[in-house]
Amino acid sequence: MSTTTVTTTAPADRPADDPRPPRGVRRRGESSPLARLTSHGVLITASLIALFPVAWLVFLSLGPDKDDYLRPGGIWGKMTLDNYTFVLQNTNFFDWLKSSLIVSLGTTVIGVLVAATTGYAVSRMRFPGYKKFMWVLLVTQMFPVAVLMVPMYQILSDLRLVDSYLGLVLVYCTTAVPYCAWLMKGYFDTIPFEIDEAGRVDGLTPFGTFARLILPLAKPGLAVAAFYSFITAFGEVAFATTFMLDDEKYTLAVGLQSFVSEHDAQRNLMAATAVLIAIPVSAFFYLVQKNLVTGLTAGGTKG
Amino acid sequence: MTVAIDRATGKRSGDRAPRPGPASRLKRSFDKHWYAYVMIAPVAVVLGVLVLYPLAYGFYLTLTDANSLNSARTIGVNEIEATYKFIGLDNYADILWGETAYDRFWSHFVWTIVWTAACVALHYGIGLGLALLLNQKLRGRTLYRLVLVLPWAVPTFVTVFGWRFMLADAGIINSGLDALGLPTPLWLEDTFWQRFAAIMVNTWCGVPFMMVSLLGGLQSIDASLYEAAEMDGATAWQRFRHVTLPGLRSVSSTVVLLGIIWTFNQFAVIFLLFGNTAPDAQILVTWAYQLGFGQQPRDFAQSAAYGMLLLAILIVFTSFYRRWLNRNEQQLAI
Repeated sequence: MSTTTVTTTAPADRPADDPRPPRGVRRRGESSPLARLTSHGVLITASLIALFPVAWLVFLSLGPDKDDYLRPGGIWGKMTLDNYTFVLQNTNFFDWLKSSLIVSLGTTVIGVLVAATTGYAVSRMRFPGYKKFMWVLLVTQMFPVAVLMVPMYQILSDLRLVDSYLGLVLVYCTTAVPYCAWLMKGYFDTIPFEIDEAGRVDGLTPFGTFARLILPLAKPGLAVAAFYSFITAFGEVAFATTFMLDDEKYTLAVGLQSFVSEHDAQRNLMAATAVLIAIPVSAFFYLVQKNLVTGLTAGGTKG
Repeated sequence: MTVAIDRATGKRSGDRAPRPGPASRLKRSFDKHWYAYVMIAPVAVVLGVLVLYPLAYGFYLTLTDANSLNSARTIGVNEIEATYKFIGLDNYADILWGETAYDRFWSHFVWTIVWTAACVALHYGIGLGLALLLNQKLRGRTLYRLVLVLPWAVPTFVTVFGWRFMLADAGIINSGLDALGLPTPLWLEDTFWQRFAAIMVNTWCGVPFMMVSLLGGLQSIDASLYEAAEMDGATAWQRFRHVTLPGLRSVSSTVVLLGIIWTFNQFAVIFLLFGNTAPDAQILVTWAYQLGFGQQPRDFAQSAAYGMLLLAILIVFTSFYRRWLNRNEQQLAI
C-alpha cells in the first residue's frame, strides 16, 4: 500500500550516473513526506487513544483518596503506593489470584489435552459426519452466555458444584474445548501432509504419526491454544459472577467488582487492584503475542 | 475443503466402485474411519456431556414456568422439591408477542442489531485502516504495533473499569469536553449516551484483534501483484480496490463472522460498564442475564428462552452468511 505512482521522468539534462534520485521521483516502497507525516500522525493519535485508558488507570491508582478520580490534578502532589500495599495486605487479592489461576490453568490443561487429537483428526481425515462435526464446533462458539447459564446453574446445583473450582472449570470447558480444537486444526493444517505420508510409509499407525511426528512439530500451536484458553477463562465475568459465591473463591474478575458493589465505592483501591492484575497479564501477553498472532490467523483463516 | 479426500491416505472417498448394501457400507466406513472417530471421541464426549445435555435441559426449562421460587432448592437443612410445571411454548409466545413484548424483547433486539452492526463496522474499518498504515515501510512501526495491541493485552474486565473512571460525570472525559467548551453528557445515566459509550468502549477493546488479523492478511498478499498493478498504471485507490480487498477476502469473511458472533454475545463490556443501572442499554445477552440472575425472583424459564432465541438468531444468521459466501464463490475458512 505504501507505494506511490512514479509519474515524473528524470529531466534529460541530468547526467546518467548521478546517484541521487531526481527531485519528485521516489523509489518503489517510499511514500511522499506528506503521506509519511500523515501516517505518523494517525498512528500516534491511535496509539495515544490505545494507551490512555490504561495509563489513566495507573495514574489514578497512585491517588490516596477514593474520590481522587474526580480531581486528578490533585494527585500529582500526593502520589503514593499506599493503595497497593493496602490491597496486597488487607484484601483477598491473593485468594482471588489463586482462584483465577486454578480455574484458568485447569481449563487450559483439560482444553488442550482433550482437543489435540480432535484438531488433528479434523485437519487430516475426511470421515462421514465431518462437516456436521465442524458445524457443531462452530455453533458452540456462538453460544451466548445466557443459553447455558440457566441449565448449567441448575445442573451444578444438583451436583452441588456451585461455588466450586471444578464447577467453573467444567463450565469453561464448554467453550475452551471446541475453541482449542478449532485453533489446533488450523495449526495442523499448516504442517505439510507429506510428513504424515512419510510416517505412514514407515509403518506408523495414524496415532503413531500423530504422537511421534506431528505433536512435536505442533508445539507452537498447542501453546497458542493453551494461552488463548487461559486468557479467555481468566477474563470471563458472567459465569464467575454467578457461580462463585464465597468471597475467598472469587476470581479476580469478580473480586474487582466487589470494590464497587458496596455503597462506598473504593475506587482508589480498585484502580490499584486493576493495575496489579493488568501488569502481569499484559507482560505475559506480550511475551507470546507474536505466536498468538500467527496461531490465530493460521487457525482462523486457513481452510 | 469441499472435495472429500482423506488427506492422510490421499484417497478419494467416492472411488469405491460397486455400491454395497447399507449394513456392510456402514461397517466398511467404520473400518476405514474408526481411528478418526476415536480421535474425535474426547471432544464429542465433552460436547455431549457439557453442551448438548445442558442445552436439552435448558430447552426443557423454557417449556416450564421455572423460577427461583419453584425450583428445587435447599434452605438450611430443608430440601424443597421443584414445583414448576410444564406450560408448553407460552414463554416464547410471551416474549415475542405477549403484552409489553416491545419493551422487553423487540426494543432490545433492535438495539442489539444496531450495536452489533455499529461495533463490527467500526472494528473492521478502523482495524483495516491501522493495518494498512502499519503495513507500510515506516519508522517505528513495530513500536506502534505493540502499543496498538495494548487494549487486547489487558483483560477486558480491567479496562472497562478504567473507562468507568473516565466516563464518570466529573471524570476526565467530561472535564476535557468542558475545557473545550463542549457539552458534557451524562455518559453513564442518559440512555443515548450510555449506548454511545458502550459502542465506544467496545470499539476500543475490539480494534486490535481486527488490526492484527488484517495485518496478517495484508502481509500474505504477494507483493508482485502490486508491482504488476503499478506497471499497468493503477492508481493507489485502484490497487486497494482490486488487489488489497480481494487478497483480504478470506481473512475478512472469517474475522467479520467472528466479530459479529463475539459482539452479539458481548457480555462483559455492557455488564461491567452499567451493571443494573441501564435497562435500555442492555443488549439481549445481558438482558437475559438480568432476568435469570439479576433480579428476584430469578426467572429461569424466560432467561433460558431468551438464550434459545439468541442461539437461533445466530445459527440462522451464520447459515445465511455461509450460503451467501458460497454463492459468491468464497469459501468461509471455517
